[in-house]
Amino acid sequence: MPPIISICNLTKTYASGFQALKGINLEIHSGEIFALLGPNGAGKTTLINIVCGIVNPTGGFVLADGHDVVRDYRAARSRIGLVPQELSSNAFDTVWAGVTFSRGLFGKPADKPYLEKVLKDLSLWDKKNSPMMTLSGGMKRRVMIAKALSHEPQILFLDEPTAGVDVELRRDMWEMVRSLRARGVTIILTTHYIEEAEQMADRIGVINKGELILVEEKSALMKKLGKKQLTVQLQHALTSVPAGLAGHQVELSADGEELIYTFDPRSGEKGIASLMKQLSELGIEFKDLQTNQSSLEEIFVSLVRAAP
Amino acid sequence: MSAQEKRNVVAFEAIRAIYFFEMARFRRTLLQSIVSPVLSTSLYFVVFGAAIGSRIAAIDGVSYGAFIVPGLIMLSVLTQSISNASFAIFFPKFSGTIYEILSAPVSYIEVVVGYVGAAASKSILLGLIILATARLFVTFDIAHPVWMLSFLVLTAATFSLFGFIIGIWADGFEKLQLVPLLIITPLTFLGGSFYSIDMLPPFWRTVTLFNPVVYLVSGFRWSFFGRSDVSVGLSLAMTGVFLFICLAVIWWIFRTGYRLRT
Repeated sequence: MPPIISICNLTKTYASGFQALKGINLEIHSGEIFALLGPNGAGKTTLINIVCGIVNPTGGFVLADGHDVVRDYRAARSRIGLVPQELSSNAFDTVWAGVTFSRGLFGKPADKPYLEKVLKDLSLWDKKNSPMMTLSGGMKRRVMIAKALSHEPQILFLDEPTAGVDVELRRDMWEMVRSLRARGVTIILTTHYIEEAEQMADRIGVINKGELILVEEKSALMKKLGKKQLTVQLQHALTSVPAGLAGHQVELSADGEELIYTFDPRSGEKGIASLMKQLSELGIEFKDLQTNQSSLEEIFVSLVRAAP
Repeated sequence: MSAQEKRNVVAFEAIRAIYFFEMARFRRTLLQSIVSPVLSTSLYFVVFGAAIGSRIAAIDGVSYGAFIVPGLIMLSVLTQSISNASFAIFFPKFSGTIYEILSAPVSYIEVVVGYVGAAASKSILLGLIILATARLFVTFDIAHPVWMLSFLVLTAATFSLFGFIIGIWADGFEKLQLVPLLIITPLTFLGGSFYSIDMLPPFWRTVTLFNPVVYLVSGFRWSFFGRSDVSVGLSLAMTGVFLFICLAVIWWIFRTGYRLRT
């Protein structure tokens, strides 16, 4: 199946000279939930805004369901719903006026029952005649989601959907995203919360300083995370891994002063005990031991730090 | 790709959505939108028509009270068109809701038709209400009703486009007020709303001919009384030129994404 979104060599340089995107290549599969992680100013929102038509790209191109987002913008944009990061609303307009406007704006004929369902799913139905200014922040966020869904998009962008949102709404939001995915909607979300990406995403991309530094299946990423590492600090530096330790996943650090043993605690092998036994049989003395398990957050931080 | 998605198809649903959304705001603020111009027009008639006008001789055989009617209507239509349209596009920019317009599958022509159409409709409606109000104070006939309506529509459309440009250009409320206050108000007052430009000394008459509002008021007055300061053809041509300039600027704005797409 062709990707629902293809991003090719996408660059963006703002008038100020700031290079927000430096050649992004990314394919989003149809029906997946893709989480885009990255620190503030990494280019997440710029990337989304280009796909949605709010920002013009400097170079490269984006296809949404096979349609170029610049040249064939009508076909591309009609498939995309966007929930932006910033809460914005026409203060005096009612919720109902807002969602009917959005649907019409995207060229869809009026469909009351559908909009009623959208509002009910988001617990907004009893607020439909309330002016936007009377709603709480969380409610406004729901309205923005309702507006994005009002024209039945195939692709939904959620830019920091849960920033500043209470726990209950966050859970509701996750629930909603899952049910949308069940209906075949492709979802791309950006977030600061690693937990959110872990909970929701099928794949995770990490963006930093305008570059995608990692794109991976979440399950593959989690497998890496599931591994633990034991670091053995040696009394005397070694030049190579002793032959007796060949049965284990052991590496020697560059300076030869540490042995690093990576293992999967869930596999049931008696890793550490047998390694220790072998070390003493080989007469290798050590000063200290330490184990660690990296979280997604650590991987994320180290990736971001390592990037130039 | 379905036929509906072909690039050149007009998104009527989107135009309709923008137009009615804007008109809904008009309905919500109906009282201010109508009462205040009607009140100020009535005041003009009391002051200029009754109090001062009775001491001014008829101009070209038209009583002063009736003479100022077309000018007053134009004055309101002009300022209201600009303020309606500039606010309509400035506000979404200010509040951030413009993202929705920018990410919608609509061409800029549809956006302009929606916003400018609504702004012009409002001011045409207002012009007609003022006309009806004026009729309560003075009697007059409209010599060329079709031309009267045409001038009204043309002016409302042109200046709504102009307002749209101001709304996009303005990056703060001050700028939004600046152009109407510093440029439009003087132009309208010096545009022959309250006098015939023949009454001016020759030098000032020549200066006045650079004021586009003169042509609007003159042409509009012709449609009422069959007399004008400048020829009707020239009035139409000048309005057309201004309309064309506004269209060209809007074309440029959307082509370059000026103040809309970074």
